[in-house]
Amino acid sequence: MDATYEYLVWLLPAAAEWPSWLVVALITALPALACFTFMSLGPLIYVYAERKISAFMQDRIGPNRVGPIGLLQTLADTIKLLFKEAIFPKKVDRKLFVIAPILVNVGAFMPFLVIPWGGRLQPADLNVGVFYVVAIASLSTVGLIMAGWASNNKYSLFGGMRSAAQIVSYEIPAMMILLVPVMIVGSLSLQDITMAQHGGLQNWFLFRYFPIMPVAFVVFFVAGLAEVNRAPFDIPEAESELVGGFHTEYSGFFFAMFFMAEYTEMFVLSATATVLFLGGYLAPHPVLQLLYLPFVGAVPMGWFWLWFKAWSLVFVMMWLRWTLPRSRVDQLMHIAWKVLLPIALVLVVVVGGLVLWPATANGFVWDRWVGWPLTLGLVGFLLYVMVRALQWSRRRAQELAAPARQAVTP
Amino acid sequence: MRRWFQDVWEGFFTVLVGMRITWRHLFTYPVTLQYPTVKWPLPPRSRMRLFMKFEDCIGCGQCVRACPVDCISLKAEKRPADAPPIWAANGQAIKLHVAVFDIDMSLCCYCNLCTYPCPTNCIYMTPEYEFATSDLTQHLYRFAKKDAQFILEDPKKKAAGQAPAEATAPPATPPAKPAGA
Repeated sequence: MDATYEYLVWLLPAAAEWPSWLVVALITALPALACFTFMSLGPLIYVYAERKISAFMQDRIGPNRVGPIGLLQTLADTIKLLFKEAIFPKKVDRKLFVIAPILVNVGAFMPFLVIPWGGRLQPADLNVGVFYVVAIASLSTVGLIMAGWASNNKYSLFGGMRSAAQIVSYEIPAMMILLVPVMIVGSLSLQDITMAQHGGLQNWFLFRYFPIMPVAFVVFFVAGLAEVNRAPFDIPEAESELVGGFHTEYSGFFFAMFFMAEYTEMFVLSATATVLFLGGYLAPHPVLQLLYLPFVGAVPMGWFWLWFKAWSLVFVMMWLRWTLPRSRVDQLMHIAWKVLLPIALVLVVVVGGLVLWPATANGFVWDRWVGWPLTLGLVGFLLYVMVRALQWSRRRAQELAAPARQAVTP
Repeated sequence: MRRWFQDVWEGFFTVLVGMRITWRHLFTYPVTLQYPTVKWPLPPRSRMRLFMKFEDCIGCGQCVRACPVDCISLKAEKRPADAPPIWAANGQAIKLHVAVFDIDMSLCCYCNLCTYPCPTNCIYMTPEYEFATSDLTQHLYRFAKKDAQFILEDPKKKAAGQAPAEATAPPATPPAKPAGA
């Protein structure tokens, strides 16, 4: 609340003289409204992006009928879902059936309270920020189990139980890895964790303790994927085995709510990973932190950097979804308990020791020489692959689509 | 222990290999053909809807006999003696008046057998394949016309160097019977 109050006063100096009830109402309602609007309109973009990316990865075109290049497709789908009848099967537990999607959404939306979009652009800077995100995000699992149970359908219950098993397993490595940046910073506040990575790309936690933190990031990302039930760990909704898992019996608006929650959770996980490992709202170079516009002056770009980084991670999630097949339940448990958990345990112990050791308290000697070359190498590699892919695609297009070009157009 | 590290590394690395493949396909030209607006050109000799050019039909009935499913129904009778002589486009004289020539495309098996025996090549397959209807009776195509523009001059004589008169003339079919059977 303090941060928001400061931000309000910074925006409108007159607010310092306003009556306290108005100020309190404003600083409570405005961030909540902003977050909620942002997050409920977000899935419109995520779903469209997912459909387009999946289409491109499968050499298809994707939605292109509603609006220019299909941009309004999700809007049309949403309106359709909102106006559809919400069917309650005869034997469902009506109360739980209604509460479940709401609870899932609460778990998806509430973490936005502490995600910092800028030095002051944060609804609340809780001193237990990381803990809060973890605790609240786990609420949505209760919602999933509730949905599975209330549906009174064996497949839904399977989905709910699978989701419970998955969360119980994957929370542990994910939380272990959360400890690693927290140990380095010595604070649970997301604002503090972000500021500890200040000063450019080589200070991001991803590039500290060079061979160690990238592994931690990968472990966290994989565990997070499993926590938000994304492919290849989407066994709770596994449409090919469980029909639709926990949302088999849902229709209309309630069904849409599950999807809204899923895509919001994706973004929350990406934003958390960004704050913990990729420097949060900090730019790759301090120069890029402020954008100098004519007539306007310096515009803080923190929101853009957080959004950009989180979106890149969301893209990687979509990329993974269309690359990997769904894993079996036993494989899932194997990955969690026999691969991720040992790695996470070792990482916690090793990083804890390194933080305590004075010589390595701030990272290895070579850390500052690692971040930049690695990033440049990665960017160069991606560009190279992209150029090669474009060449390849052009050649393929000429080969494949040559007959289609001569096709008859009535 | 070594085996464990190998397995973990292999799992991680193979995911990267798969991601590389999907990344490449992200920039691949889509192979989708947007059907109603863009169509593949049909291969030569593709067999689609039948068509019969009534002006060239001599009513010999060979197509009817060739048809394995009896989807063609033909009713022909002698032209009256006082009717003007008419010819098919390949020079064959038309001696019979074709009163009915119906093809039921809902029965047709697209075997193409009817087009081979036709002496004047007046029955043939067209590349038209979008003729789905909601009513099966609309697949009965009636080709007999009352106002057909017949050739009133012998095309062979015309080709031999006679005056190039306009070959077609106003309707000259004897209005013998209604076209419907």
